[in-house]
Order: sequence, then C-alpha cells, then structure tokens
Amino acid sequence: MAQYSPPKQSKASQLIDVIVLVVLTFGALFVPLWLGLAGAAKSVATPVPNPTWETLGQTPAQAAKYEALGYTPEAAHDLILARFDYSFSIGALLTMIVVILLYYVLILRFSEVEYREVISEKFGE
Amino acid sequence: MTNFDITSKTMDGMGPHGTKVGLLRVLGPTHVWALGVGIVLVGEYMGWNFAVGKGGAYAALIACWFAGILYTCVAMIDSEVTSTVASAGGQYTQAKHIIGPLMAFNVGLYLVFAYTMLEAANAITAGYLFSVVATMSGYEAALDQRPFIVLVIMFLAWLNYRGVLATLTFNLVITAIAFLAIIVLFLATSGIAGGGIMEHAALFEGYELPYGWIGVLAAMHFGLWFYLGIEGTTQAAEEVRSPARALPFGTLAGIMTLLIAASLTWYVSTGVLPWEFLGDGVNGSVAPLFDTARLSGSTGLIWLLGFGTLFATLASANGCINDASRAWFAMGRDKYLPGWFGAVHPKYRTPYRSIVFLVPIALIFALGAPLDQVITFSILSGLLGYTFMPLNIILFRRKWPLNSIKRGYEHPFHPLPAITLLTLCGVTFFAVFLGYGTQLVAMVGFYIVVSLWFHFWRYRFVNRGAQFTMPWPKPRGY
Repeated sequence: MAQYSPPKQSKASQLIDVIVLVVLTFGALFVPLWLGLAGAAKSVATPVPNPTWETLGQTPAQAAKYEALGYTPEAAHDLILARFDYSFSIGALLTMIVVILLYYVLILRFSEVEYREVISEKFGE
Repeated sequence: MTNFDITSKTMDGMGPHGTKVGLLRVLGPTHVWALGVGIVLVGEYMGWNFAVGKGGAYAALIACWFAGILYTCVAMIDSEVTSTVASAGGQYTQAKHIIGPLMAFNVGLYLVFAYTMLEAANAITAGYLFSVVATMSGYEAALDQRPFIVLVIMFLAWLNYRGVLATLTFNLVITAIAFLAIIVLFLATSGIAGGGIMEHAALFEGYELPYGWIGVLAAMHFGLWFYLGIEGTTQAAEEVRSPARALPFGTLAGIMTLLIAASLTWYVSTGVLPWEFLGDGVNGSVAPLFDTARLSGSTGLIWLLGFGTLFATLASANGCINDASRAWFAMGRDKYLPGWFGAVHPKYRTPYRSIVFLVPIALIFALGAPLDQVITFSILSGLLGYTFMPLNIILFRRKWPLNSIKRGYEHPFHPLPAITLLTLCGVTFFAVFLGYGTQLVAMVGFYIVVSLWFHFWRYRFVNRGAQFTMPWPKPRGY
C-alpha cells in the first residue's frame, strides 16, 4: 500500500481546531446546567409546619447527632425531608440505550476502517 | 513469540515517537501506587457520600462493594494490557494499537475530561476546607473560597511543570498520610483503640433502604467515586523504570488499598453521621471523614482528618494534572490534536504545554459549576472509558493471543472479568440515567459530534502506519 502523507496544517488551522474542541466541550457540559436540565434535584413533597425532631421522623439518637452538628429542627427540615424522584418513562430509557449503542457502533465501525489502513501501511498487505 | 519482550530492560516495548526529547524514566512501583491511590483516595474524603443520599447507607455499602468488583476488573484488565503497552497516554495508546484511531481519540478525551473534572472537584473541596478552617479559627464572615481554588490548581500545575519525580514523590508522602488518617480514625472511633462511638443500628433505624432497591441501583452512580481514577496508573507507563513490573504491582496494590479504605470510610461515617446529612454533599456533609472527626470530640482527630482531607485533595488534583496532561500530550504527539501539544520540556522533560493548556479549563469548572455536577461529568467520562475496556481486552487477546506477545502480567479467568465489567457498566449507566439522564445524553451526543469531526476532518493530519509504535507482530485476522 502507498504510504499516506498527511498535509501540513497551518498554525491558524491548528488554533481553530483547538477552539472548536473547547467550545464543543463547554457546550456539552454547561448547556444542560444553563437550561436547568441538569436534574437530580431533590424536593420536599410534604413540608412539615413547626417541625420537631419527632415530626421529622427522627429518633432521639438521630436528633442528638443533628444537634451535635449544630442543627435545629427548622434548619434541618429540608435536609431531612428532601427526596429524589426516581420515576422515569420507558421512552426516555430506550432513547438513552439507543443513543449509547449508536455511539459505540459508530466509533467501532469507523475505527475498524481506520485501523485496517494503519495495519496495512505498517505491516504491508 | 516475537523477539519483543516487555519484561526485558532493553526491549521493553517502547517504540519510536519521533520526538527529540523523551519523558524521563525515573519512577518505581511505589510512585505508581501513589499516582493511582493519590488520585482516588480523595473519593473517600468527599463525593462518595452522594451514594448515601441516593439510596441510604446500606445502598451505599452495596454500591461500594459492587463498584469495588467493577474496579478490580478494571485493574486486572488494565494491568495486563498496560504492562505490554509501555507508552504515555495509557488507555488512549492501548485503544490506538488494539481497536483503532477513532476509539483512541474518544478514549483520550474520556481520560482528559475525567481527570480535569476530578481536579476541579478537588479544588472545590480544598476551597471549602479552607473556609471551614477559617470559621473554626474564629473568622466570622463567609470566606471567599475562589482564591484558594485558583491557588491550589496553579501550585500543582507548577509542580507538574517542574518534573514528574518530585510531583509523584510529593504524592507518595501526602497520600500515605491521608490513608493513615483513615486507619487512625477507624481505630479511634470503632472501639478498637479507645471508646467506640459507632451507632449504626440507631442511626439506620427506620431508614435502612429509604428508596427501596431502586435506591441501591441509583447509588451505583456515586459508588464509582470510591475508586474513580485508579486506571490512571497507566499514564506513568513511559516514565517508570520497569513497566512490566511496576505497573501491575502498583495498580493491583492500589486497588487493594482502596477496597480497604472505602470499606473503613463507609463504616466510620455511617456510624456517626445521620444518613440525610451524610448523603447531601452540597448542603450537608461536604467532607464526611472530617465531619466524623468533628463529632468524635477529639481535637487531635479533627486536625488529623483536616490535614488528611487537604492532602487527599492535593494528591488527587496533583495526579489528575499529571494524567490529563499525559493523555493530551500523547494525542498531540500523534497529531490527533495539534502537534504543538506534543512537546516535551527540554529541561524538565515534562509535557509542559499540555499541563499549562488544561489549567484554565480546570479553573472554569472549579469556579463555575456545582460539586455534584462536576463529579457527574467526571464519572460519566470514566464510565464511558470502563465500557471500552472489556472490548479492548477481548480484542487484545484475539489479535495477540498469549503465545504471541509476552505480557508482564496475565490476568486470570478471561473473559469473566470483561463480562462482569461490561454488566456492571450497564447497571451504572442506568443509575446515572435515574438522576442525570440529560447530562448523559448530552455527553454522548458531544462524543458523537467530535467523533464525526475527527473522522472526517482531523484524522487527515495523522500519519497512518507511523502511529502504530509498539514492536508487535501483525495482529491476527488482518
């Protein structure tokens, strides 16, 4: 196989490549945060008015630890009662599975094409 | 069998890279241990406790042990492959030789993002720690943590710039102190040496599994944090004196250390801190071992665990800068990224341009994103990398069977570890989906876009045959 000679990349083109990569990175990581789609927020389903350790569901041993940490029932209210919501739709789950599988299939197929070229040039046909 | 021998001092698998100055071969097995454990041990000092919030204390313990199995598989697989691929870049270089360039490009990015995000998380924790110390010292106003965050990242980047031996020797010392601090806390609070203060049964009462079994699955997400980064030992491959011996020894000793540290950490923290406080790493317990020491009533333990937390964050950030820069450097050297990043400092023999380039990126995340999100970004990149590893080892064994290349280490029970690892990665993807599905899809979408960019644009600048630098025989089937 004829040896492949890569073109020489100009400094400006190298700089643009770095900028593209950095912009894509920040986009992927920060856009969900900016759009408020970052998820995993806990919420208090049923607030307790005038909370006490008992109404917050705390045993004396648990309450003693909170007091040792400097909490009052009012201050610990949200911390103790907030819960995650793990409900999800099958459609969203299937979408995630399809996206991940598509991703791996894509990179494995393209990699294989590139790899055969590498091996062919390195070791000969 | 070829004449290439990874266990030989003269034919150790290093291939030509075309660089005028190479990285310095000065490290031993203890440095490899310090690099791996140093990066990870901070996971015991902060972050793992989000797993308690996800499913309760028992869920976090189950996640801790299943994640331990996952990382044991990672360490075994990694030890075999990297003891043969003795080159900077770690899994990136493995992927380049075993699966193909596009996979390698993706793996390189996983590594850089996982370590850079972990570095940002460490800096955030260090900043928090300084604010707590200020408050305990009588400072009444809220301390601005940002200067400390900047200072931590800049100082460690400077240390990395100046040389790898000093960097990892520094890591060795502070990692050992941080690990010993966990042992001392366990001995002092469990009743083995002195009065015990553990109250597991009383603190778990009524909240054994607050979310049921789905909480156990959800906890796997942050269960990874107990061990995330141990695979970074492979980044030292080009700088150890004896890769075939030092890399498997350092990596496997590292995962054993971490399994002990993780179990002790869970035991002491859940026996002292209420689960809701422990499980909220933003508004509750940012540094659980330090908080456990605070409730012990011992001033000595408070200082010890305060320094332990600080040292663990510094060691981790230090190792992350080391690893992320090696991965970025290796990609630059192969022209997967602009070749400018592939330079080695003529005096200090470090990948200095890559080290400097990644500093502002770490700073932006440390100063601009909340801790749990930063940790999630790191975990997601790590998880994608772990999913690659089973494919990597299966193809490695198929293309170069055991009798074709002499390995420094051969992992047992193949393909059982690969199948176990792939299964646990699937479970963890589901766990991430339960809380952070949007980030997961956004991140995979990002990797799809950059893969297309690489394949159709960037790859034209890469030498084809020359990037295959290992002196291996032709792979079977090609």
